[in-house]
Amino acid sequence: MAFLEVKNVRIVGMSAGVPKRVINNLEQFNNYSKDYDAKAFVEQTGVLERRVDNIPTSDLCVPAAVKLMKDLGWEKSDIDAILFVSQNTDYILPATACIIQERLGLSKECYAMDIAMGCSGWVYGLSAATSLMQGGTIKKALLMCGDGKRRSEYDGPLFGFAGTVTALVYDESCSSIKFHLGTDGSSYDAIIIPDGGARNQVSPKSFELEEFDGKMVHRMETRMKGMDVFAFGISVVPKSVKQLAERFQLDYHACDYYVFHQANMKMNNMIMKKLKLPEEKVPSCMYHFGNTSSASIPLTIVTQLVESCKDRKTFLCCGFGVGLSWGTVVFDTKDLVLSELVEVEEDKNTKWV
Amino acid sequence: MEIKDFIQHFAEQFDETDINEFTPETVFHDLEEYSSLVALSIIAMINEEYDVTLKGDDMSAAVTIEDLFNIVKSKM
Repeated sequence: MAFLEVKNVRIVGMSAGVPKRVINNLEQFNNYSKDYDAKAFVEQTGVLERRVDNIPTSDLCVPAAVKLMKDLGWEKSDIDAILFVSQNTDYILPATACIIQERLGLSKECYAMDIAMGCSGWVYGLSAATSLMQGGTIKKALLMCGDGKRRSEYDGPLFGFAGTVTALVYDESCSSIKFHLGTDGSSYDAIIIPDGGARNQVSPKSFELEEFDGKMVHRMETRMKGMDVFAFGISVVPKSVKQLAERFQLDYHACDYYVFHQANMKMNNMIMKKLKLPEEKVPSCMYHFGNTSSASIPLTIVTQLVESCKDRKTFLCCGFGVGLSWGTVVFDTKDLVLSELVEVEEDKNTKWV
Repeated sequence: MEIKDFIQHFAEQFDETDINEFTPETVFHDLEEYSSLVALSIIAMINEEYDVTLKGDDMSAAVTIEDLFNIVKSKM
């Protein structure tokens, strides 16, 4: 059973970067597929607008990291590790975390690694980063999570782009962070980009349109078996929360906030109902940002809980999706620093390889 | 589990379709109001009422409401 309890690591701050460009699903996105009804889509999924632009994930994370380091009063030389969680990296290789080490001006003694996870990625990234730190030699780390610039321009009306940063410190006085993590690879194709990896290498055929679930898509685009993912989310999330509570003898009803991956409103409402959680303790940002993959949990906290995180708070968060993969975490914060949202425009000046 | 109750729960997922349209023999994919979003409501209803998790393939395999009822029953 994948339960983890990590001691001596505290979440001290979060920030998020999003494209400045707003796409409104009612005004700018209404010809998606033949039976697509924009109004019904917005009503049922709860996604009115999204931030989408020609901006890679790292370009959303880097300015958010700069802002958070400034707000925390951290020096570049303080940072011992960066983990970058994304399924939209800058290049197939090298790891984007290595490029970010240089862009942020961090020490060459910095541990840097990419983790290829999606909607469960923030919880997985947090489990990896905190586990790495609990020995006490890595004192400060940045966990970056998100997905920007996907392989087709719009990628449907559900997804928005965001890059987030979570700042972690080694602190022997804090309470432990508790995790439950799970995987079901039998549904690996429930959310998939079929081509471009080693299994089906990119070829001219990768860009030929084919029908999938009533829409014409090519093989470099994300395709999702919506009903399977929906059924997975509404059943696995409540179970994972209950398993975590049982394993660590917690009353999950006693948390201050429940932040779930922002999949879609229909799914999230169902999860909330099944766990009998009060709506006011379950913040959401999908109305303005859509489903932002591994960024959705920190983005929700950064945009919805600014005023409410000054005192001590207990959070329960669950990320779930592509893999299929899920992770639930419970942690406490005190004086959590939440940076103001960073809006990013496309950088046309920097010359990249 | 009674088919009568199942049909009633099924019908509650639709807003505009006349209640008399829902019978065991109804080919629900042909109902004008049926869409992928309605399908999600049906999956949610079945999960809540019967504690059964259906997949997209189960929804496609069922032609009539009774077919779906039988699939749910077989998974209980």
